[in-house]
Amino acid sequence: MNAFFSQEVPLSWYLLLSAVLFSLGVVGFLIKRNLITIFMSIELMLNGVNLSFVTFAHQWHAVKGQIFVFFVMMVAAAEAAVGLAIIIAVFRARATLAVDRIDRMKL
Amino acid sequence: MHLILFLVFAGFCLVGAINLLLQSHPINSALSLIVVMVSLAVLYLLLGAEFLAAAQVIVYAGAIMVLFTFVIMLLNASREERTLGSRAALRVGFPSVVAILAIIATVILHTQGLGVARLSDGITSTEELSAVLFTKLLLPFEVTSVLILIAILGAVALAGHDARDPQGIRERTGGK
Repeated sequence: MNAFFSQEVPLSWYLLLSAVLFSLGVVGFLIKRNLITIFMSIELMLNGVNLSFVTFAHQWHAVKGQIFVFFVMMVAAAEAAVGLAIIIAVFRARATLAVDRIDRMKL
Repeated sequence: MHLILFLVFAGFCLVGAINLLLQSHPINSALSLIVVMVSLAVLYLLLGAEFLAAAQVIVYAGAIMVLFTFVIMLLNASREERTLGSRAALRVGFPSVVAILAIIATVILHTQGLGVARLSDGITSTEELSAVLFTKLLLPFEVTSVLILIAILGAVALAGHDARDPQGIRERTGGK
């Protein structure tokens, strides 16, 4: 049981997972055609980067990395509120969420 | 134990992220994103960030994703139409993503001196975190609170009732 608990995971695996999550977010941003799903892909990218921050905070035993993630979360919350409000405004003006048909900045 | 927990929840993360891309209905994508965020909270806990794990569940999986699902249901978002997308995305986007991922992976795998994570590493207590947050980083913290206040005002101004267009959404969507 002791050997079972002492198993360790290289931090590079966490960093690789974070890179893969970020790339999946970018791919989602490129292939999705729905405004809300594109926005969710951006959140996925933010989460991937946050995992990197926490991993490096663990590596260097630094608290500031974790605090940066806290700030990223707060900014993401503000961004989600404003972004979804913009999506609602766009939907009101166009009655669609397909990005192919939202091709003008003017409402 | 750490290895098993990491593999299980990293697997959940990847499956959720890939499922987000494959699903054509936004609500299914939103639910798989919640899976990703909760699994990430467990990974944060494995790395000893207990406060962030709690904040991840409360802020991301809770508040932000509830907002997303709420908007999806409010707008009655339908199944996504599949189109080919732009040619630039196909020719430049995907090769760039693959190239960036390959470069990052190579750099990570060749980096010397990266440590290991164990369950016995101990956790960063919230006390330790707040001691730095409320002394050295007090100004950024206060600026963030102003930012959130502005975001609330902006969200209300953008999504609120438009006085110039009293008919609003009802008319254009056919009374849905």
